Amino acid sequence: MMLARVATFLEALGARVNGMIVRLGFASRFFWLMLRLSGTSFRRFRLTIREIYFAGVLSLIIIAVSALFVGMVLGLQGYETLVRYGSADAVGTLVALSLTRELGPVVAALLFASRAGSAITAEIGLMKATEQLSAMEMMAVDPIARVAAPRFWGGVISMPLLAALFSAIGIFGGYLIAVQLIGVDEGAFWSQMQGAVDLRQDVANGIIKSVVFGVAVTWIAVFEGYDAVPTAEGVSRATTRTVVTSSLAILALDFVLTAFMFRGS
Amino acid sequence: MMIRKALDLWVGFFVALGAAAILFLALWVASSATLAAADGYEVKANFGNIGGLKVRAPVKSAGVVVGRVADIRFDNESFEAVVTMNIDRRYAFPKDTSAKILTSGLLGEQYIGLAAGGDTVNLKNGDTLKLTQSALVLENLIGQFLYNKAAEGGDKK
Repeated sequence: MMLARVATFLEALGARVNGMIVRLGFASRFFWLMLRLSGTSFRRFRLTIREIYFAGVLSLIIIAVSALFVGMVLGLQGYETLVRYGSADAVGTLVALSLTRELGPVVAALLFASRAGSAITAEIGLMKATEQLSAMEMMAVDPIARVAAPRFWGGVISMPLLAALFSAIGIFGGYLIAVQLIGVDEGAFWSQMQGAVDLRQDVANGIIKSVVFGVAVTWIAVFEGYDAVPTAEGVSRATTRTVVTSSLAILALDFVLTAFMFRGS
Repeated sequence: MMIRKALDLWVGFFVALGAAAILFLALWVASSATLAAADGYEVKANFGNIGGLKVRAPVKSAGVVVGRVADIRFDNESFEAVVTMNIDRRYAFPKDTSAKILTSGLLGEQYIGLAAGGDTVNLKNGDTLKLTQSALVLENLIGQFLYNKAAEGGDKK
């Protein structure tokens, strides 16, 4: 009896893992198909521009406000710790490096996944549920080229811009707290930061990270929408899956990329 | 139509904002301090102990950064560290320049300090510096201090 229970459990586990692997394969083929059919997204750039608006522009407020608060917290906490070692002037370096290397790309991507990713999944899922995708196929319009690919490129284009904005506004937030509120020397703040942040090592790597995150998040969002069960409950579960899977993917990719880029010399 | 115009305006504004943020990060936050290999010439130096010197550490003369450490290797014949420096092409140093490994601040990162000599001939690409001084190793300093103290105590008796 015990053995039977264990056996069923293992069977179920195996079936789930198998299902996940099959889904991953399907998602990869979908990704490849999206890339191949991207011609329309660029020939009719209007489609992509609309998606950049819905994914990027509408995320501006949440990105800007979060960045401001993250920068301010970094400035505050950084100052509290550094002042104990007499290195209060290094708070600019701390804020800038934390943001450009890690927090900018990662937090912006997480916010993007929750806001824009879930919106994309819900939109495509609803199109599937109301049979708009099937209707397109009937009219010989490829739904992947017309619906999926523009959203993918819209997300990929918006992500690095949002991440850079996050870093810039965060640094400004750190400046507000450290220099204006607490009284760290302004010249020391900026000059130490400029001395420590390297264009190629830090800023460029941060932007590369955000591009990779953009690809991952938008791919997951578009695929989950396309693959959603065409009911109301199915769409809601797909949206949840998008946010959860994207967040995990972002954090895992962040670790892999950081290990590659910032290995000690 | 009207809605389209607003859309384009907002997207244009968004892209411009993002580009401005990238520009801000590139110009006001970062410094492209890394010297491109083509803008410099390579000079080698052998040290008995490089301490905590790392690749891409600055090479300074009179406190100003004139180059970067390009490579650090171990010579298995002389059992010394061979440090290759990439010095900015704008600065020429005489052949008898000496190199010291110094620390910025008390516990900061280590860098190479060049003190110019008086030779009329300048260093060329691929030359080796003859005069070097290794890094100060804290343990050796403490050992030396304790030995001196013990020697003083012995003398007093």
